[in-house]
Order: sequence, then structure tokens, then C-alpha cells
Amino acid sequence: MIDVQNLSKRYGGFTAVDNISFHVERGRIVGFLGPNGAGKTTTMRVLTCFLPPSRGSVSIAGHDVLEEPLAVKRAVGYLPETPPLYTDMSVEGYLRFVSEIKGVPARKVAGRVEYALKRCALLDVRGKLIAKLSKGYRQRVGLAQALLHDPQLLILDEPTSGLDPKQILETRDLIRELSGDHTIILSTHILPEVEQVCQEVIIINKGRLVATDSVANLRNRLQGADAIAIEIFTEGAAIDPQSAEQLLAAIPGVARVHSNGLREGRIHLELEAGPGRRIRSAAVNAILSRGWQLYEMKSITYSLEEVFLEVTGASAEESPSSAGDAAEEEAQ
Amino acid sequence: MRNILTIAAKELRSYFVSPIAYIILAVFALVFGIFFNVSVESFIRYVLAQGQMGGNVSLDLHETLIARLMGTINTIGLFLVPMITMRLFAEEKRTGTIELLLTSPVRDYEIVLGKWLAAVAFYAALLVVSSLNFAILLYFSNPEWKPILVAYLGLFLTGCATLALGTFVSTTTRNQIIAVAVTFFACLALWIADAVTVFGSGFWAEVIGYLSLISHFNDFSRGLLQAKDVVFFVTFTIFFLFLSVRSLESLRWRS
Repeated sequence: MIDVQNLSKRYGGFTAVDNISFHVERGRIVGFLGPNGAGKTTTMRVLTCFLPPSRGSVSIAGHDVLEEPLAVKRAVGYLPETPPLYTDMSVEGYLRFVSEIKGVPARKVAGRVEYALKRCALLDVRGKLIAKLSKGYRQRVGLAQALLHDPQLLILDEPTSGLDPKQILETRDLIRELSGDHTIILSTHILPEVEQVCQEVIIINKGRLVATDSVANLRNRLQGADAIAIEIFTEGAAIDPQSAEQLLAAIPGVARVHSNGLREGRIHLELEAGPGRRIRSAAVNAILSRGWQLYEMKSITYSLEEVFLEVTGASAEESPSSAGDAAEEEAQ
Repeated sequence: MRNILTIAAKELRSYFVSPIAYIILAVFALVFGIFFNVSVESFIRYVLAQGQMGGNVSLDLHETLIARLMGTINTIGLFLVPMITMRLFAEEKRTGTIELLLTSPVRDYEIVLGKWLAAVAFYAALLVVSSLNFAILLYFSNPEWKPILVAYLGLFLTGCATLALGTFVSTTTRNQIIAVAVTFFACLALWIADAVTVFGSGFWAEVIGYLSLISHFNDFSRGLLQAKDVVFFVTFTIFFLFLSVRSLESLRWRS
């Protein structure tokens, strides 16, 4: 569905996207993950024919973006980061206008508008002026606009940014529902969003491709090693961080223990298990058997930054196990 | 064609949902109405005075009254055209809706033509408002109607040309105030360009003088339909519409 070969995009002297290649199969939901300024929006703008590539080739549904822009635009529904809404129009009027410029045949316009209104739960605000809508509704109108011409590919730039938690969940559900009919590529800087919604992930940073992988593989790489943070009360028990560290390091399956020292009367420790090993109950037992008080134990969740460190770190080592990932090789 | 009309209809609609259309129409109707009233009154007084003195009243109604009023409409238009075109692209660039148009399966020239046509339609509405005054004149006297039609054609063509210029200026900025100011001063400069022929002569004075909108319009207002003037306005219009399309294209490469 999407075939990107050695794409680069420069603005003057600044390189926003640097030689990235990836491929997306029909019917997949792909997350485009990266911190702000990584080049996500620029890449999406090239995919939608808003910007021409500086170098490389991009083809969507078999059409090259430079040679057949109209065919590409017909195949793509696009929700930019700020929904492109004419605030002086009603929701229905706006959707009708967009259907027409998207090339929906005149006799099908009413039906498609109805479909998009229903799909995005906008039926109760159809007659309202867009200027009067809340942010969540506006985002949905933006999404409805992208669906009108029944595109093969949906490109959504940060579809959940600026929404409240309830709206975020609704939007994610909607995207999952839509995945049956469309190939979807969505950008985000929120890791859990990718995990919940997407099947594949493309990670970029500073314009370069860091990794392309399935979400399942990514999750294994990050969470295959169980990581927990432990705090132990020192009150009434004469223990020091070193002895605690030694005790826990001796547990079978523990790959690494790191002590963060003594603070507020508690010893702070981080444990990482070897691949596939479960160490939590063993750690609890070891601590309790010494008569120490366990104050807190929690999973360490990786922030996006740590994901990048992890993923870029892994590719920098050129370990044979990850060499199968051609994209990583290229990123170096 | 369908795309052009869709965009034009949407654009025309958004003129009339904002107050700007009504303000422009009202100001135009009022200002021209006052001019019309004053001119007709002084014309009548002049004719009566001539008659009392026993002079031979052979004033050309078109030359002394109608042609001047046409010039007045044109001058008021000079002030209103920038207001009509300012938002066409500047607004879309500011709010980001230009991204919708440029990622839709429409060609750049269809976007430009659609927006320009909406502006022309609105300008034509102003001319219709002004024509009510002349309808009254036709009812109470009997001026020749053919020169009036020619003068209106001149007004229309001048409008097409200056609106094309304004459309182009609007593609170059996201700030509507800048769009208004630049369009106004560019039109003003072209308006009075024939003044250079007063101060100088030679090749360049002639070239600049040729670009004067007012000198080409004056033939129309006198009732003269000349191919050279029509060609001038049509060329001028096409030139700036073409520049607008190129400017829109360049947005993709620059932004």
C-alpha cells in the first residue's frame, strides 16, 4: 500500500527527513512513533502530496506521488495535526463541501456524508456551526472529513493530541473499528497508544528511521525483561543498600540489580530479570524471609525516551540477533 | 469544472456568512448613492442655468454625467477590491485549511479559478447595486444605453484584473492586513501609472504608462469599445491568475 524508498526532505539547509525507507502492507494499522520534531508530520505531508520529496520515491497504492498526485490524493484520506475546518460552516455543510472536492460523485455525496456522520458519532451536531464545537467534536469532524471518499489509506497525524482521556479512548476505538476497511497510518509520541491500536510500528528520530517492527516484537524487546522497582523500609532493621543488593542479586533469574541508595529511610532498588524470567515472588520472599519490610514494589514502565535509548542502543551494537532488521542497519 | 464551481460556491457563501460582504455592499451603496445624487443635481442645475441664460443646451449627458459616475464607481472599487480578495488564500494559510485543498484531488488552477470567480461574482453584485441608480436615470431621461453597457463592461474587466492581482497577493501571505495593504498600493500604483507620461517620455515612460488601469478604463467609460483595451485587461487578468497558480505551487516547495 505504501512504498517509501530512500526518502529525504530538506527545507533550505535543514534536513527534516533523512533517507528513510519503509513498506506498509494493505490492511495494516501502523504507528508512526517519534518525539516532537522527529519528522513525522513532514513524512506524512510527503505521503499526502502536500510536500514533494527532495529525494527518493514514494508510491501509494501503486501511484507515484510526483507523477500521479491526483490518483494518490484520491486514495488517501488525511487528518492533519490541526483539523482543517472551515469554522463558519455547519458540520454537514462542511462535509458536503469536502465530499465534492474529494471527487465523490454527486449522487453519492449525501450517502457518504451520512456514513461519516454516523461513523464518527456526529449525528447530534450535524447542523451546528463548527466554530461552536468543542475540541473533541472538531477532531471527530476532522476524522469524518478523511473518511468521506472511502480512501484505501488513512493518514492521521496525532489524532488524539489535545483530547481528554475519555475522548482519547473513543478515538482509539474508532480507529480500530475503521481498520477493517482501510489501511491506517497514524503518528503519535505516546507509546501506549501504539501498543493499543497498532499492529506495526515505525520509529523515527531526528529525521532518521530507528526501527520498523511489529508491535508484538517491540513489546518483547522492551518488556521481555521484567523490570521492577523495589523500596525496603530500613526502620528497626539494620540493613544497608549493599547487603540488600547482594541478597537480590543472588536470586535466580535476576540479571541486574541497581541500587539508588537510601532516601527517606527507604532503600531504593531496581531489578531487571533475564529474558523470560519471572522474579517478583522470589524477590518478595527473599526480602520477607530476612524480616525486612517491603514498602513498595512496582513495574518500571518505559518512557518513550527509554524506548529510543533501548532501540537505538540495540542497533548501535550491531548485535547479530537484531541484524535481521534491515531498517535498523540503514539507520546507522 | 465541477471543482472550480464547488470552490467558488463555497467561497461566495463564506463572504455572505461573515459581516464583511454586507459592510462592503452597504458602504458601496451609500457612497455611490451620495455621489450619484450630488452629480445629477449639479448637472441639472448647470443645465437650467444654461437655459436661463438663453444658451444653446447641447450637453452630452453621457460625457458630462454618466462617464464621470462610472469613473467614481471604479475609484470606489479600488478601495473595495483589496477587501474582497484579502482573505481568499491568506485566511486558509493562517488556519491551515490550505492543507485540505492541497491534499484533495483538485488541481492548483482549479483552486485559484474557483476563488477568483467567487470574488468576481461578489464584485459583480456591487455593479448590480450601482446599476439601480442608472435604472432610475434611464427611467426619467433618455440617455443612450449602449455606452452605459460598454462602460459597465469596462468596470467589470477592471474588476477582474484587480481581483486577479489581489488573489495573487493573497497567496503570498498569511496576514490579511498585509494582503489588503499590498493589493491596495499595487492597484493604486497601476491606477496612476500614466502620470509618468506627464513627467517623462521615452520607452520606459511609455511602457509604464501603458500599464495604467485608468487610461484603459477611460475609453470604456466614454463608451468606446476597443480591442486593445479588452486585450489589456484580459492579459493582465490571465497574467496574475497564472502567477497565483505558480505561487500556490511554490507553497509546496517552500513551506
